[in-house]
Amino acid sequence: MGILEVKDVNKRFGGLQALGDVNLSVKENTCHAIIGPNGAGKSTLLNCLVGKLIPDTGSVLFDGNSVLGRTPFEICQMGISRVFQTPEIFGDLSVMENMMIPLFAKRDGAFRLHAIESVASEAELRTDAERMLEEVNMLDKANMHSAAMSRGDKRRLEMAMCLVQNPRLLLLDEPTAGMARADTNNTIDLLKEIKEKRDITIAIIEHDMHVVFSLADRITVLAQGTPLVEDSPENIKGHPKVKEAYLGEAA
Amino acid sequence: MFGLEKKDARLLLLVAVLVAFAPFLLNPFPEGSAMAQFNAGYPDLMQRFVIFGIFAIGFNILFGLTGYLSFGHAAFLGVGSYAAVWMFKLLSMNVLPAIILAVAMSGLFALLIGYISLRRSGIYFSILTLAFAQMMFALAYSVLTPITGGETGLQLALDDPRILGTSQTAGGNIPVPGLFGLEMRDSAELVLGSWVFTFNVGYYFAAIVMLVSFYLSIRIFRSPFGMMLRAIKSNQQRLNYTGLNPKPYTLAAFVISGMYAGLAGALMASMDPLAGAERMFWTASGEVVLMTILGGVGTLIGPVLGAGAIKYMENIISKINSDILHGWFAFLPDGLEDFVVAIIYPFIGKGWHLTLGLIFMGVVIFLPGGLVEGGQRIAALFGRKKASDDDSGKSAKTEPAE
Amino acid sequence: MDAIILQILNGLDKGSAYALIALGLTLIFGTLGVVNFAHGALFMIGAFCAVTLSRLFSLSHEVLVPGETDFLGNPKTKDVPYIYDWFGESTGAAIIDWSVPLAILFAIPVMIAVGVIMERGLIKHFYKRPHADQILVTFGLAIVLQEIIKYYYGANPIPTPAPQAFAGSFDFGAMLGFDPNTIIYPYWRLVYFAFAALIIGAVFAFLQFTTFGMVVRAGMADRETVGLLGINIDKRFTIMFGLAAAVAGLAGVMYTPINSPNYHMGMDFLVLSFVVVVVGGMGSLPGAVLAGFVLGILESFASMREVIDIIPGINQVIIYLVAIIILLTRPRGLMGRKGVMED
Repeated sequence: MGILEVKDVNKRFGGLQALGDVNLSVKENTCHAIIGPNGAGKSTLLNCLVGKLIPDTGSVLFDGNSVLGRTPFEICQMGISRVFQTPEIFGDLSVMENMMIPLFAKRDGAFRLHAIESVASEAELRTDAERMLEEVNMLDKANMHSAAMSRGDKRRLEMAMCLVQNPRLLLLDEPTAGMARADTNNTIDLLKEIKEKRDITIAIIEHDMHVVFSLADRITVLAQGTPLVEDSPENIKGHPKVKEAYLGEAA
Repeated sequence: MFGLEKKDARLLLLVAVLVAFAPFLLNPFPEGSAMAQFNAGYPDLMQRFVIFGIFAIGFNILFGLTGYLSFGHAAFLGVGSYAAVWMFKLLSMNVLPAIILAVAMSGLFALLIGYISLRRSGIYFSILTLAFAQMMFALAYSVLTPITGGETGLQLALDDPRILGTSQTAGGNIPVPGLFGLEMRDSAELVLGSWVFTFNVGYYFAAIVMLVSFYLSIRIFRSPFGMMLRAIKSNQQRLNYTGLNPKPYTLAAFVISGMYAGLAGALMASMDPLAGAERMFWTASGEVVLMTILGGVGTLIGPVLGAGAIKYMENIISKINSDILHGWFAFLPDGLEDFVVAIIYPFIGKGWHLTLGLIFMGVVIFLPGGLVEGGQRIAALFGRKKASDDDSGKSAKTEPAE
Repeated sequence: MDAIILQILNGLDKGSAYALIALGLTLIFGTLGVVNFAHGALFMIGAFCAVTLSRLFSLSHEVLVPGETDFLGNPKTKDVPYIYDWFGESTGAAIIDWSVPLAILFAIPVMIAVGVIMERGLIKHFYKRPHADQILVTFGLAIVLQEIIKYYYGANPIPTPAPQAFAGSFDFGAMLGFDPNTIIYPYWRLVYFAFAALIIGAVFAFLQFTTFGMVVRAGMADRETVGLLGINIDKRFTIMFGLAAAVAGLAGVMYTPINSPNYHMGMDFLVLSFVVVVVGGMGSLPGAVLAGFVLGILESFASMREVIDIIPGINQVIIYLVAIIILLTRPRGLMGRKGVMED
C-alpha cells in the first residue's frame, strides 16, 4: 500500500477523455516519475491530486484518506506540497517573508488573527527559516526582493517554502522546464540531496529524460490519459511501448 | 517604543508632533494678509484632515495590503455617522458610547457585506461593494427615512430622550457633543501679533484618535496578519498551496477597514451632530480611494498625506474666485492678465472637481506610488539615502499564474 | 395583462439605454481588456452633442420688425435664427424641430473622434496595468469630462424636445386590442427602442459578417494568437473603441427627449450599466443586451405601486439586488464566457 493511491480515476472535458482508468501507487520515501508525451494527461492528473480538479469517477487516497472534494489548502495541510511549472512565490515579499508564511501556516494550522504581534519578534520561526535557507544556499539572499531573483533562485525558494513545512509528499510539475542546463543540474542536485536527507516522497512530472533518469526510483508512462507501463528506470529505457508512444507523437 | 521598530516609532513620533502643532503649522500667514486664505489652521478643516486621515488609513489596510479595491467604503462611514447620531439622541451627548456603537455597527455591516462580496475578487469585488453601497444609499434616502432622516438627514431634536443626559440645556437648546464635560466645539485662541491660532477640543480629540488608529495600522502592517495580507495581494495561488485559506484574512482586513470608516463617521458626527445619506454616495467612496492613491497605496503615511492634501486643496481651491485671481495676476499687462485668469478660472471655485479629476488622472498615470514615491524620488534626486517607508514593493511585478 | 405589458414597455427605454452602454463597455472589455469607468461620460457627451446641435441651429440675430413698436415706442426687434436665412423659414423651423435626430449625424464623427483620442491618448497606456489602475484613471477621466460639460453647460438639466411629430403619446393598448386608455405610450420611447434595436442589430451584424468583425471576435477570444498571425490587432481595437464610443454617444443623443440631459447623467447610468455588464457576463455581447433589457424591465416592474406596497423601496435597489444574487450564484454572469475574469 503506497502513501498515494490513485484508483480508477476518470476525467472528461466535454468530449475529451483526459484521464481514463488511471491507477497509480506511489510508495513511501521513493521518487516516482510520471512521464508521457504532450497531452498525455499528466497535468490533469496532478491537478486531481491537489484538489484543483475533481475526477469524474475513482478515488485518490493520501495515507488512507481521500483527498477528493477538499480544497487545495486542506490538501496541503494533509502534508502534500506542490511546486509549479513556473515558480509560484510571493513576488512582492522578501525572501525571508516568503519563508515565514509557510512556517506560520504550519504552526497555526488555520486562521489566526495575529494583527498586533510583530513578525520580527517570531525568533523561533526565523531560525527555522534561516536553517532552511542555509540548506538551499540562499541565506545570503534572505532580505532580497523575491521578484528580482533569477528563475533558478525562485525555483529554489519555492522548494524551500514547500520543504520547510516538512511535507510527506512533494509534487513537482516540470521543475526544470525552461531552465538553462546549469540550473537544471543544480535543481537535480538539490532534489537528490533532499531525497537523501529527508523522509519524503516525491512525485515528479517531467519532460526532460535526463532529470527523470537521474532521480526516479519508479516511472509511470502515461499516454492518452492511461498508464502505459510502470517499471524501474532501467526497464523503461528500452521498453518498446514507451518508444512507440513517444515516436507516435513525433510522427 | 510601543513595540515598534525604530524607523516606525520615528514616523509615529513625527506624525504626533505635526498633529500636535498643526494649529501653528497650518497658520503660517498673518491674519488679514493676502496669503491668509492659504491658512488651514481653523478647527473645521483640521478636524476634516484627521478624520479623513482615519478613513484613508483604514481603507489602505484593505486596498493597500490585499489589493482588493472596494468602491463602497463610504457606506460604512455613513453607518458610523448614523449610529453615532442615534447614540446622541437616545443615550447622551458623550462621544465615547457613540464611537463604540458606531465602530461596532460598521464592523457588523462590514462583516455581512464583506462575507458576501469577498466570494468574488477583482472587478467583481469592486462592483459588488459598489452595489451594496448604492443599495444602502438608496434605502437610506427613501424607505429608511424613519431611521436615517431621509433627504434632510438625521438631526438632533429638543425632544430626544437622551436617558443618561439631558434633552435640553438649561437655556432650552440642544446640548452639544462632548467628552465628560469637554465640549467638542470649544476652542481657545492665542493671539501673537497679527497671528491668531485656534486650539479646538474636537480637533485634539480627533487627532488623538487618529494617532491611535495610525499606531494600530503600523502594528497591523508589521504583524504576521499584515504579511499574510500582502501575500494575498502577491499570489493567492501559492497561499492556497501553502495550506492557508485566504478568505478569513481578507474578511478580517475588510471588517477592520470598515470599522476604521465607522470610526471616522462617528467622529464626523461628534464634531457636527448630523448624518446624511450623501456621505454614503459612491463619489464619497471614490474620494477615499483617491486619497489613498494620492498619498501612496500600501505605505504607512501615504493615506494620511493624501487625505490632508485632498481636503486642503478642496478647501483652498474652492475658495478662490476670479477677484482673487485678478489680484494675483495684476502685475501682468491687462490683456495677458485677463487671458491667464480665463485659463485658470475653470479649475477654481466651483471647478474644484475638475482639478480633482485631473489630479486623480495625473497621479495614476505619472505617480502610481503617490506622494510617498514622489518624495522618495525627490530625495533620491538629491542623493540622500533616505530610509524608505514603503511596504508594498510596488515596483515588483507578480509572476503570472500558470 | 395590460398592466404587465405597460411595465414591459416602460422598461424598454431604460433597458435600451442600459443595453447600448453595456454593449460598448463589454466590447471594450472583451477586446482591449480595459475596464472603462468613463463610458458613462461618453453617453453624456452624446447627449450634449444633441444639446449643442440644437443650440447651434438656434443661433439667431436680431432683426427689426417693420411697422411695430414695443410699449416704450422703440422699434420692435425679434430674434431670427440664421438657419431661417439660409434655408427659409419653414425648412429652418423643421431643422430646429428635428435637431435631436439630426444630431445623430453630428454625433457619429464627434464620438468616434472622442473615442479614438481617448484610446490613443490614455487607455492604450493602461493595457498592461492592473484593473484597479484602469478603473481609477478612467474614473478620473469621467470626473474631468463631466466637469468640463458642467462648466460650459451649467448644472441644470437642459430640456431637449423630440420633433413635434413624435411629441405626444398614443394608445398602444387599443392597437393591441385591450381596453382604450390602459396602455398609453409616448411615441418617442417607441422610437428609442426601435433605434436601440437597430444599433444593436448593426453592431452584431458588423461583428458577424465583416472580416473586421471576425478579427475582433477572434481577438476577444484569444488576443495573443491573433496577434501572432501578423494581424495588427491594436489598430482594429482602436477603431473598436471609437465604435463603442459612438454607440454610447448615439444612445445619449436619442435619450435626450426622454430625460433632459445634465452633467451627471453619465455617472448615473455608468454604475447601473456596469452592473448590467457584470450580470450579463463580462465580455459577452449577447449577455450585455439581454441583461440590459431584463434589468430595465425588472426595474420598471419594481416601480409598480402594488409591488412597492409589499416591499417598500424595492424599486431603488432591485438592480443591485439582482446583481448580487447573480454574481453569487453564477459568477460568470448570465452568458459569460469561461475563463474571463472568473474568480
